[in-house]
Amino acid sequence: MSSRFSRSSASLCFSGAPATVRTTRPTGPRTAPSTASRAVRRARPLTAWLTGMALTVAVYLLFRGSATLPHNDDAAPFRLIGDVRDWMDANRNESPVFLFLVNYVRLLVGGLYDALHLTLLILGWAGTISLAGALGWLAGSWRGAVTTLAGFGAFGVLGVWRESADTLALVLAAVLLSLLVGLPLGVWAGRSVRLRRLLAPLLDAMQIMPTFAYLAPMVLFFQIGPASATVATMVYSIPPAIRITALAVERVSPAAVEASTALGATRWQTLRKVHLPMARATIALAVGQTFMMALSMVVIAALIAAPGLGSDIVAGLSRANVGLMLPAGMAIVVMAVVLDRMTAAAATREPAARDASSTRLGIATATTLLICGLAAARFLPAEFPENWVLHFAGPVNEVVDWAKFSWYGVTEATRNIATETVLNPVQNVLTTAPWWLVTGVVLVAAWRSGGLGPAVTAVCCLLTTALLGVWQHTMETLTTVLAGVVPALAAGLVLGVAAARSPRFSAVQRPLLDAAQTMPPFVYLLPALALFGASRFTAVFASVVYAVPPVVRLVEDGIGGVSPAAVEAARACGSTERQVLWKVRLPMARGAILLAANQGIVMTLAMVVVGGLVGGGGLGYDVVSGFSRRADFGMGFAAGVATVLVGITLDRITRGADERPSRKVPRKFPGKRRRGSHEDRT
Amino acid sequence: MRIGRKVRLLTGVVLALALAAGCGGARVETGTSPAPPSTDDTVKIAVNPWVGYEASAAVITYLLEKKLGYTVEKKELAEQVSWEGFEKGDIDIIVENWGHEDLKKTFIQEKKVAVEAGSTGNKGVIGWYVPQWMADEYPGITDYRNLNKYAALFKTSESGDKGQLLFGDPSYVSNEDALIKNLKLNLKVVVAGSEAALIESATQAQRQRKPLLFYFWKPHWLFNRIDLARVGLPPHTDGCDADPKKVACDYAELDLDKIVSRRFADTGGKAYELVKNFSWTNEAQNAVADDITNNGMSAQDAARKWVEANESVWSAWMPH
Repeated sequence: MSSRFSRSSASLCFSGAPATVRTTRPTGPRTAPSTASRAVRRARPLTAWLTGMALTVAVYLLFRGSATLPHNDDAAPFRLIGDVRDWMDANRNESPVFLFLVNYVRLLVGGLYDALHLTLLILGWAGTISLAGALGWLAGSWRGAVTTLAGFGAFGVLGVWRESADTLALVLAAVLLSLLVGLPLGVWAGRSVRLRRLLAPLLDAMQIMPTFAYLAPMVLFFQIGPASATVATMVYSIPPAIRITALAVERVSPAAVEASTALGATRWQTLRKVHLPMARATIALAVGQTFMMALSMVVIAALIAAPGLGSDIVAGLSRANVGLMLPAGMAIVVMAVVLDRMTAAAATREPAARDASSTRLGIATATTLLICGLAAARFLPAEFPENWVLHFAGPVNEVVDWAKFSWYGVTEATRNIATETVLNPVQNVLTTAPWWLVTGVVLVAAWRSGGLGPAVTAVCCLLTTALLGVWQHTMETLTTVLAGVVPALAAGLVLGVAAARSPRFSAVQRPLLDAAQTMPPFVYLLPALALFGASRFTAVFASVVYAVPPVVRLVEDGIGGVSPAAVEAARACGSTERQVLWKVRLPMARGAILLAANQGIVMTLAMVVVGGLVGGGGLGYDVVSGFSRRADFGMGFAAGVATVLVGITLDRITRGADERPSRKVPRKFPGKRRRGSHEDRT
Repeated sequence: MRIGRKVRLLTGVVLALALAAGCGGARVETGTSPAPPSTDDTVKIAVNPWVGYEASAAVITYLLEKKLGYTVEKKELAEQVSWEGFEKGDIDIIVENWGHEDLKKTFIQEKKVAVEAGSTGNKGVIGWYVPQWMADEYPGITDYRNLNKYAALFKTSESGDKGQLLFGDPSYVSNEDALIKNLKLNLKVVVAGSEAALIESATQAQRQRKPLLFYFWKPHWLFNRIDLARVGLPPHTDGCDADPKKVACDYAELDLDKIVSRRFADTGGKAYELVKNFSWTNEAQNAVADDITNNGMSAQDAARKWVEANESVWSAWMPH
């Protein structure tokens, strides 16, 4: 809608300006159509759209209830997958794949976890805190040291020191392994277009795959326990390591590479002396992202007996005890913030500022800190002192109970109204519509926004969910995604525009967004569950809260990036602020807003699936139940695959016509990239 | 150069860590090797997500730790997932097993990684319940043949045009879908997600006289607080639930039992003795579970309270 506004009115005043600006944006140039054809295009799509809508509704009413694909718990694909599972289960101790590969991987990964865990145990709480402080100092001098000291101290004060140490060991093990595999692969992919093409769909799938869907196969291969949990976490956290590293290496200035080659450097020398140093900051970002992904998985991995904080959260969920899970949830957030800040600080440190003497000073300070800590550890008790711990489970539960009791009417009414007026009708339409009609609508939508290629992909993916036997549940999941995406985009747009227009608002909002984006999805379920009980609405609510921050960030970045010249020009033409917003800023940030919509949808989908744990229904529930009941394994696995397919379908529909190479950016990437480029300039 | 130095520093740190780990590495076991040498003083107990189970696990844990000097690791896991931990030593004990003949076949008879360790003394039975006031108000509602007549009462925003049958945690033992299909009931299973959600719904149903049909089980402390009436399904006969797809009968009353890993049975020593001897009544479990849920006690405190008051019971479990 908004784009059509712009092409007519804004360009009438300063013809051509938006087109020139647009070409400078990374989202790709667009040839501006002539004014005359613009007017025609403005009228035509509207009528075409209305006709299409009317036609769809008519066809739906005519064929409602026919050619639906109702769910069957005993569908052939489920049984087939179940049989494969049984075969693997039976051959675990005979097959060479297990004897010589899988079992060794388990041994190795388990060994690494044990080693790290033991190290933390030997260091004790005081030693670990001081080691963290020392590393924080090395990464970001006193600021870094204070952050890490306070953060690690918080684990103890929250009363979850032991659990935090378990989780930290698991995260470190998973991240080390991810980087060991991911960084070389990323460097290689950055230099080989072919490998990049090969990896792209695989990484896409890995990132869209709901975290739960990883668990059932993990149990099959590695059973349960820390080793299995580490592998699951590692698999989940590898994509950003590969992806961002590849991006970093790919972006290294070709001139520098050419110069290096011309001077007679070998490929290896060029890689070491040109590619890696120049891509250093971005690669550090990859490390940070890998940490974030690992932290969000490590909580869910508690379901397969990962030790640590996740266990408290799972226990709290099953007992509806917010007081039990709150300290663990807070510790996870703190851990995420500390690790994020540390990698960010290490990445953005100016290399030039680090001369030999200051480095020596830094190391000396860090060593002193560490030695002090270790010395202190000898005199301090082995367990974190009980009277330093802040106990707030009781009061928190009282507050939650009070809120539940006194808001019961409101929350209950909100939930029921939303369910009755939005969720049920939409779900009813989607599940009673013939499959070919839904497919047709998807085909048209994807074709219009992206062209033939994406349309074919979208339709193929959608139809495969039918072949997997989960069509009806796919439609149910689609309902919850649609219900979540609309408010998430609306809220994100409003907040993003507000932030772009008021620097003060933006300054207040940014740290909140940072915190929100470092929180693992699981944590979002807690308040939703406390307020609304278990239902589809709860999952939708959590997904809205989860998806808003990245949308806000992308919208703010997009609008903030609009050329000041264009805005000035519009003002000079006598436009009011409102006109400037609607006719210049929003239309010109169209690419960024589309990207925000796309990200919002993918995030909503991820959360809706996790919502299977709190009554979310659809594919998410299938995945949960397939994981926890052996008989449902086939259904759970099929549902996991179907989620990926739904994700790809939605992605292709919202991708837009821009030729954007793999812009499935990780959660915080856009914000970071901008921050980085600012510093480059100064 | 700078990078080089950094790399060297990093290598040093990693090496130091590896060394530190290597020195003590022999002692650790998290079941990473196919047959880990259990350090004899750590016992790993699965904690399945319902409070009755937690009560039994808490008392066993308390006795193991305070009376026999063991260390206990508790792992929050779903029922069926817990069994996967027997093979590699991630789980030693499942404290309260509800039937699961298929799992027994796989893990005890075929894989031979687990063994039965006797009854817990608790009699468990799953069923469908309505609040007692509904049974009084709507004649015949406790007969499944009349459920369709009353289905409209149970409608909610989650169940659409059918009546809602509220279910618990997704991992619980369940024949609900098959029962609804085979008994041709106009009901829809709605998953509450947890035991706590079931209890809350039942409490609301009692207080605010809201109709509710839900999945529940005995032993449970809730029966001491709210009057519930069980809905009669076709009576259970031997083997009527053999094929999960064709179940059309009520749940059997189960003798709940303990399952332990084979390794623990062989090398668990006194801890295994205690677990094998553990046996108590439904009332005892309910008392501990009630303390955990409603009296603000941690599992450990509730267990201590029971242990201190019932020495005559648990002293019989102690190994000699």
